[in-house]
Amino acid sequence: MDSKIALRLDINSRDYHVNVEARQTLADVIREECGLTGTRVGCEHGVCGSCTIVVDGAPVRACLMFAPQAEGKKIRTIEGMAEGDDLHPIQRAFSDNHALQCGFCTPGFIMLIAAWLEQNPAPADGEITGMLSANLCRCTGYRNIFRAVKQIVAELG
Amino acid sequence: MTPNNSVLGASVSRLEDHGLLTGQSRFIDDLQLPGTLSAAFVRSPYGHALINGVNTEAACQVPGVVAVYTLTDLQPWLTDTRMATGLPSNSFRLDVNPRVLAADEVVYVGEPIAVVIAASRYAAEDAADLVEVDCEPLEVVADCRAALLADSPGAHRKLSHNLVAAFDFDYGHVEDAFRQADVIINESFRLHRGGAHSIEGRGAVASHDPVTGKLTLWTSTQRPHGVKRVICDLLGCNDDSVRVVAPQIGGGFGPKLVCYPEEVVVAVCGKLLQQPVKWTQDRYEYFLSTTQERDQYWDVEIAVDNDAMIKGVRGALLHDHGAYTARGLNVPYASGVALPLAYNIPAYHLDVYAVLTNKVPVTPVRGAGQPQGVFVMERLLDRVAAGLSLDRAEVRRRNLVRKEQMPCRKSLKLRGGTEVILDSGDYPATQELALEHAGWAAFGERQQAALEQGRHIGIGLANFVEGTGRGPYETVTVRINPSGNILVATGATAMGQSTQTMLAQIVAGQLGGDLSLVSVNCGDTDATPLGFGGFNSRQTVVAGASAHAAARAVRDKVFRLASRRLEAAERDLEINGHNVFVKDMPDRKLTFAQLARAASGLPGFKLPVAESGPGLEATESVVIDDMVYSNGSAVAEVEVDIDTGQVDIHRFLIVHDCGRMINPALVEGQVAGGIAHGIGNALFEWMGFDDNAQPVTTTFADYLLVSADKMPALELFHRESASPFNELGVKGVGESGCLPTPAAIVAAIEDALKPFDVKLNQAPLTPAVLWGLIRPAPGISAPEHWRSPGIDTAAYRKGVLL
Repeated sequence: MDSKIALRLDINSRDYHVNVEARQTLADVIREECGLTGTRVGCEHGVCGSCTIVVDGAPVRACLMFAPQAEGKKIRTIEGMAEGDDLHPIQRAFSDNHALQCGFCTPGFIMLIAAWLEQNPAPADGEITGMLSANLCRCTGYRNIFRAVKQIVAELG
Repeated sequence: MTPNNSVLGASVSRLEDHGLLTGQSRFIDDLQLPGTLSAAFVRSPYGHALINGVNTEAACQVPGVVAVYTLTDLQPWLTDTRMATGLPSNSFRLDVNPRVLAADEVVYVGEPIAVVIAASRYAAEDAADLVEVDCEPLEVVADCRAALLADSPGAHRKLSHNLVAAFDFDYGHVEDAFRQADVIINESFRLHRGGAHSIEGRGAVASHDPVTGKLTLWTSTQRPHGVKRVICDLLGCNDDSVRVVAPQIGGGFGPKLVCYPEEVVVAVCGKLLQQPVKWTQDRYEYFLSTTQERDQYWDVEIAVDNDAMIKGVRGALLHDHGAYTARGLNVPYASGVALPLAYNIPAYHLDVYAVLTNKVPVTPVRGAGQPQGVFVMERLLDRVAAGLSLDRAEVRRRNLVRKEQMPCRKSLKLRGGTEVILDSGDYPATQELALEHAGWAAFGERQQAALEQGRHIGIGLANFVEGTGRGPYETVTVRINPSGNILVATGATAMGQSTQTMLAQIVAGQLGGDLSLVSVNCGDTDATPLGFGGFNSRQTVVAGASAHAAARAVRDKVFRLASRRLEAAERDLEINGHNVFVKDMPDRKLTFAQLARAASGLPGFKLPVAESGPGLEATESVVIDDMVYSNGSAVAEVEVDIDTGQVDIHRFLIVHDCGRMINPALVEGQVAGGIAHGIGNALFEWMGFDDNAQPVTTTFADYLLVSADKMPALELFHRESASPFNELGVKGVGESGCLPTPAAIVAAIEDALKPFDVKLNQAPLTPAVLWGLIRPAPGISAPEHWRSPGIDTAAYRKGVLL
């Protein structure tokens, strides 16, 4: 595995130039080569959703995508959500509703919700629950995450 | 001088949130020290096998590989090849401490045999695949029931039997109770709990500093002090040369309280290679090698009179211990203690057998055996109700420990010999509140109406009492720094339960109420040399007590000094934020920074308050031996689809009492999370092994955690019976939610299936299991885990080596 590919990744509107093996996952490259460790890896087989990031507007499991597949696409990670010290409304809603405990799965949930709400700005409760069931959280029992989403939807509405 | 209590008891925002929400907090795999090497482990593919040899040649050729080590390579650096990690007990009959690496025999699938160290994790894992282990499979002990039969092979080749420990609980006149009983009901239960599955797996980073000679191990652990002890002992280091730090922990739920072989190996390699070494567990490894809770088989009977008053409970518990003793006997012990806690049971005898199997060791998962004890007791009471044609709630009402009995001394002892004294609470009132909110009395009509429409709905009730606040202490230091901020350092370890916020609220309650001034350093053995960490719903109780005492001691120092400097009596002083001022004269004030600088002293000058000593600092380790007992009552309402075995939880409500709440939002978060885990244990989570003890559920697609669409809207209600056993009046809450949940849900399912006369004595009840119980098809034999439970008592008693 000595041949490496030079890539330019557009993450949070900034260019990252990296040399990676073809088999390196996008999650690993974002974390280890770009130093953006807020994207967290929980299962490495695409079920838990902790590594969810937004690629060209869609929520993506970063553990199931190879880094070279992401070239030329617009990538957004948790580090691109807050503006300085000002939290993004989704981050604020999570804090307001105690929607995180250990916080390991939280960036994945926030990125999932961010991408999904772009497409579904006025969801019904059942749709929110359906969306949230894409990711796993072991701490909260989800109800406070649901409340956080309701708060954001109300703010957006 | 009244403390600022507005911050204590309030649902304030968490200190932890900002870093977690922005991705800035650092979990173990986020630590990236320059020059870090990656470790990957070679693990046993067999449940039980001899190792005839390990060939590392091909692995060493992989580009990027730095070293491949077996036990033989590491042994010169170790004082022992076994890890003494279990709590002591006189009940042990076999000494089976885990090995650092397996050398001649492997005893569970996933047991580490060798480690590859390479420049990247990719290279390390490639090379690990190329390590050839010459294994000779041996007979496997896959079932803890068969393991006790006289002809069973040993889980370890040199053992002639598998009974690793036996003990009993015994009080009252059990024989008399059963002789005089009007009704005796006897049941067998099969209870399975899977893994903990924090979304973050385990991991460790070791870095040896060649300048100071100090080895630092960051590890995703609930007990950094426990890990440090093992590392110091095994590496032959003195305590000053090892530091263990728990970084941000992505959930623990029990298994991270164990010190694991990987932590020791990573530490040795970091020292040996003089370069940082990191190991990050993947989920497959979590399924194989992180401790689980798994299987218990209960065979119990209850004696009651015609009024349903309990006379006695007796029986036996078979507990799957796994292949090694990784923590002790605390899971089956806690099961046995939990069973009789909530009720007045005059006589109790339970024989407990802990049995070796060729599976990953068993240690506590959130609840630590207590949900099983609760399940058995609650199901027995439902059977009593059915047998005597009484309402299930009424049977409980007659037998619950009553408020006027508090504090109630039970004839039970904790594992360390301390007596079990229920400190406070009103269990019958808790149950009544739950019944009222649930509309328990009117449910029968609804059920009948539903049945007439072909719908099967049911309701179930379960009470629990949870032992919390395991002592003997947790150390807390509180210091006002010369910069004016408040530092709290403690051996308590945070893994998502908001420990920092909880301690900050207690400290700020004494010191001005401004949480933004407070930072909390948890889980660093250099910051707090003595400590225990996070387990057993203990930290609010034990660390909370020490934080309270230390903050008050610092407050006394603040007032003594300010009183002299402001020329006012101490009783006339107040603290608000970082200002200490004379009541009603806010301009006559000193800041924390000014006071801390003054208290630090000047060279050649006397300290401003000699009797306070230097600085504004205090360290306390409040010793608490007695546990405190939270309680609660849960009601579940379900609908069962009899065509598919699918269960929908329509309602789940709990009334719980954890004493005084430091932060109600956080308490609710803990309860809700525990309930989610309990729902998993009731309906979904099954850690499967085949007959060769080969794990068959090793992804989140096979092993199902509760997802958002499976969570009912929870209804949570609080009661607050302050504990008289600690000054804050608090009790623990971290595990409470999962204690009554499987019992309540399974009771509700059984109630829904009344027309089928199905007896549900097991958990989890997956749709396949339920469907098989509802419609047993002739000629089709269900897989082993579908079968209704039952211990062949005669067989194992005959075979058991007592």
